[in-house]
Amino acid sequence: MIARFFIAIGAPLVAFVRYLGEVVLLAGDTFRSVFTRRLRWRLFLEQIVEIGLLSQLVVIVTGGFTGAVFAAQTYFQFNKIGMGSATGAVVSVAICRELAPVLSALMVSGRVGAAMSAEIGTMKVTEQIDALRALAVYPIDYLVVPRALAMMISMPLLVAECIGFGIIASYLVAIVLLDINGTYYVANMVRWTLLRDLIMGVSKAFVFGLLIVFICCHKGLTTREGAVGVGRATTEAVVVSSLAVLISNFFLTMALNIVYPAGYQ
Amino acid sequence: MPINDQPVTLNGAMIAVRDLRKAIGDEQILRGVDLDVAVGETLVIIGRSGGGKSVLLKHLIGLMQPDAGEIWVSGKNIIGMSERQLTNIRQKVGILFQSGALFDSMTVEENIAFPLREAGMHDVRAMRARVNEVLEVVELQGENAKMPESLSGGMRKRVGLARAIIRQPSCVLYDEPTSGLDPVVSDSINHLIRRLQERFQMTSVVVTHDMKSAMQVGDRIAYLHEGRIYFDGTPAELQQCDDPIIQDFLLGRSEAAPHQDRAG
Repeated sequence: MIARFFIAIGAPLVAFVRYLGEVVLLAGDTFRSVFTRRLRWRLFLEQIVEIGLLSQLVVIVTGGFTGAVFAAQTYFQFNKIGMGSATGAVVSVAICRELAPVLSALMVSGRVGAAMSAEIGTMKVTEQIDALRALAVYPIDYLVVPRALAMMISMPLLVAECIGFGIIASYLVAIVLLDINGTYYVANMVRWTLLRDLIMGVSKAFVFGLLIVFICCHKGLTTREGAVGVGRATTEAVVVSSLAVLISNFFLTMALNIVYPAGYQ
Repeated sequence: MPINDQPVTLNGAMIAVRDLRKAIGDEQILRGVDLDVAVGETLVIIGRSGGGKSVLLKHLIGLMQPDAGEIWVSGKNIIGMSERQLTNIRQKVGILFQSGALFDSMTVEENIAFPLREAGMHDVRAMRARVNEVLEVVELQGENAKMPESLSGGMRKRVGLARAIIRQPSCVLYDEPTSGLDPVVSDSINHLIRRLQERFQMTSVVVTHDMKSAMQVGDRIAYLHEGRIYFDGTPAELQQCDDPIIQDFLLGRSEAAPHQDRAG
């Protein structure tokens, strides 16, 4: 009875620890390769286009509409106590520290992460990964390294873009629709938004990018059982990487807040 | 004789397999395979579908790791080598996958030139010349710009073969080179395997369940039965063998057949 209880608890736990280990080993292997092997520039640039350039629209729309709606909601509450012009400060700090990195990461994991695991997974089930190995090419050098590097560069830039468009949208909503005084709006925003808020958002973006790329590539590389397997790997990649972003965000916030404390000092 | 203690090339073997065992899931696929492939010879491994022939072939190039046993390829035991160490072996041994395993996002030419590009070749003109040369060997001249998607099964296998031989490996492994192809295309692939062997003196290991192909290309034939090498000899010896298991395979008789005969 007790033995069965521990087996029931233990098996998933062991599977989880093993999974974490595999992802960490993949990351380790990738970084070793980044520093010791020659980079395939063409693949790297292709991934920059795929991950960075082509994700911009999604990220701009996400940032813009989040900024707009957050400005409106904040104003509705703050205006009751006569603090309408503080809206800009609240919105920009929230976008920099939390909204832009988290929402962009979720969108990127849906758009790019899914494609990564589907593409690598299809290569796995059609023996193309074995073909790479047989042709004396290490699949991690060829497939994971260019994606990981492109993600590390693209994610912070995408989040910066998201922050920018969020703030612009919130400003437009505040000025045009909510009749807030533009000067006070911007003055409060600039006063309360500090460089460290931006740095925090961009640092989070970097970490989220790594989480997404390694989780999704790992799912692709471990795909089995044909078309159904590719479908399952893709779904799992998006779900797991999204959860990883949301959960790690809490711990990142607590840790980074020690280095970059919130608020005016 | 303790063969395991010395480089197997001393015996003239390009590949030597000793007591290879592999289980997949609960099923024991290979139960102690012993096999030697001499330099320059064409060995055909025959056996029932699902009998572990492809699994055995994938072990020879380190794509799968066995549970026990040794595999010596050109004098080195490849068991326990890391992926990076295996790279050196893989430059000497090409493999043609059952499906062709072409990179579906690349054209025929890009697929074939891939090993050259990865080996650091940048001269586009020289690369194209090499590609055209091997395309001619596999009789697919002028198909450079096609995508794998628009090729027939036989053409895919030939492109896969062109890709496997472009770096002129000393050994080529063929996984079911004729399965799923019509008799005429099968025949042309068989001729191609023989021609490569004669022209480049490549050592070849061919896995197949196509008896006609086995007889046509093999210098030697090994029959893999229940995870072990059951028979190993020349095609002529195979045909003269009166072992019932071999005869059943050669004549394509299922185990149920004798009973049906009696009933009839």
